[in-house]
Amino acid sequence: MRADRTIGSRLGAYWRQYDIALVGGAVFAFILLVTILASAFAPYDPMARNIKNRFATPSTDYRFGTDQLGRDVLSRVIHGGRPILAASFTAVLSALAVGTIIGVAGGYIGGWPDTALMRLMDVMLSFPSILLAILIVATLGVGLLNVTVAIGFAMVPVFARLVRSIVITLVYEEYVLAARSLGASDLHIIRKHILPNMMPPIIVQASAMLAVAIGVASALNFIGLGVEPGTPDWGMMVAEGQRLIFDAPHVPLFPGLAITITVLSVNYLGDGLRDHLDPRLRRQGI
Amino acid sequence: MISYLLKRLIWLPIVLWAVSSLTFLALRIVPGNPIQTVQNQVMDKSQLAQVEAVWGLNRPVSEQYLNFLSKLVRGDLGLAMSSGVPIRRMIFERMPPTIELAIVSLIISTGIGVLSGVASVAIRNRAIDYSVRTASILGLSLPLFWVGIMLIIVFSVNLRWTPTSGRIGAGVDYDVITNFMFYDLIATGNWAAFSSFLRHLVLPSVTIGLTSAGFVARLTRSAMLEVMNSDYIRTARAKGLYERSVIWKHAMRNAMLPIITLQGLQFGAILGGAVITERVFSYPGMGTWLLDGILERDYSVVQGGIIFVALAYVLMNMLVDILYHVIDPRLRNPSN
Repeated sequence: MRADRTIGSRLGAYWRQYDIALVGGAVFAFILLVTILASAFAPYDPMARNIKNRFATPSTDYRFGTDQLGRDVLSRVIHGGRPILAASFTAVLSALAVGTIIGVAGGYIGGWPDTALMRLMDVMLSFPSILLAILIVATLGVGLLNVTVAIGFAMVPVFARLVRSIVITLVYEEYVLAARSLGASDLHIIRKHILPNMMPPIIVQASAMLAVAIGVASALNFIGLGVEPGTPDWGMMVAEGQRLIFDAPHVPLFPGLAITITVLSVNYLGDGLRDHLDPRLRRQGI
Repeated sequence: MISYLLKRLIWLPIVLWAVSSLTFLALRIVPGNPIQTVQNQVMDKSQLAQVEAVWGLNRPVSEQYLNFLSKLVRGDLGLAMSSGVPIRRMIFERMPPTIELAIVSLIISTGIGVLSGVASVAIRNRAIDYSVRTASILGLSLPLFWVGIMLIIVFSVNLRWTPTSGRIGAGVDYDVITNFMFYDLIATGNWAAFSSFLRHLVLPSVTIGLTSAGFVARLTRSAMLEVMNSDYIRTARAKGLYERSVIWKHAMRNAMLPIITLQGLQFGAILGGAVITERVFSYPGMGTWLLDGILERDYSVVQGGIIFVALAYVLMNMLVDILYHVIDPRLRNPSN
């Protein structure tokens, strides 16, 4: 660090390096807390209608205003993260599990099974994930569970490729060769030597994929492939709010802001995790 | 170079066969076919069986598949089950609007992304660098469909600058030649229609362009940072070259490789994003057509639509590979 920097710019540099990621993490934790305990935070019942009070603009009683049925938009936004966040977390964790199994199998066994698995992953990856997800929902039918399956399925190759690329470098590490020459079983080597060493890049990738999953889940709910109409859900609320752009533009505004802040906080958290866990990228700050 | 291209071209039919077969099977794995889902309310069993026989849906799946493949090889994609319109005609109607939307979006996203990415590295100003980084992570986080609606609220509802939906004004007269309006309207000199067309295109393409520029800016920035630290940049500066020529001629040429790769991938994402964006703007492209086909379980529409999206995507990737060879002389020598 150069000596001519002011205290302010040094604080600024420190802030940029660490604390934005912490703020991202804190905001995301807060969103999760509010979403899980939605009923405790919401001032009104998200489904309660009050036709006399429809299209109310934001006020102290209704901070985000009301929609075409007089339902409180704030309460609906507080409840509206549940379908999307549940679908995204489940999808990413499942894709992580399945992708790890495929990646470890391919990288550890090698040979033609590896080639076959990875070509299959390439074909899946070559397809835009949102189109792949739409097609899967189309074949399985409309619904949040099928949206979850579709997103998870579309993300499997991302994790499989990443895990395989790490495994093929790890199997030639001296400590793995040493363990093998001591007679350790394949399962033991994978559990004790390979899996722990893959964790940092996998955590980084999972956080990046979580941000993508939240975006795709809200888009699928927006085009009507996920939750039922009328459900308090950020994507569905924006879709139903689009009909109100002339009468009550605040109705689509707030759920969209909620998606943006959530994805933004996960992205900042992911960037911070990457900077800490993946030292090769630390200096680039991309 | 030519033998490499030929090798890639051999893969093209194989990829298309794989994509169309996967689509074909995926649609038939799940119980229920389009006739049953749409018509079972109004038809009795015998009528249902008759309609199924017309479409060949009562045959074994293997026979349907062979029939589908033999038609596909001859370029026959069949008729839409819901409307009876030939798929080929629907593709002529729906593909050009989406390609125009995708290309204009790609230009917007590349322009904004590359310029801001280069600026954040080349202009040594912390404020600019920081703003570009913040704007690009924000761009990554904004939901496409919401940005579209917010743009409609600002520019169509409040300022009344642009229409809220569609591809061209309802009362506008124009001749369809290729159905690519950039060509048709300019070739016929129909400037009134052209301006209506542009005003319909601006919001959807800006929506996609803005939300995908973040990726491009981040990647350009990191690629430029890596290149700017290399020896030949120091040499170029030591020779006394202008900074402008160091950046655009020396640094950009190497930073271009990852950017072009990303744009190839982005094109697929933009085609996917078009499904969402077209729905927001009621834009009559492949996206809305495919989505309707999916919801109606119209086998022929989904098959035809996906085969063409895959074709566009594979061709785009080939174009990226060709650009690689043009930009990077090291790749021209096969021994490397």
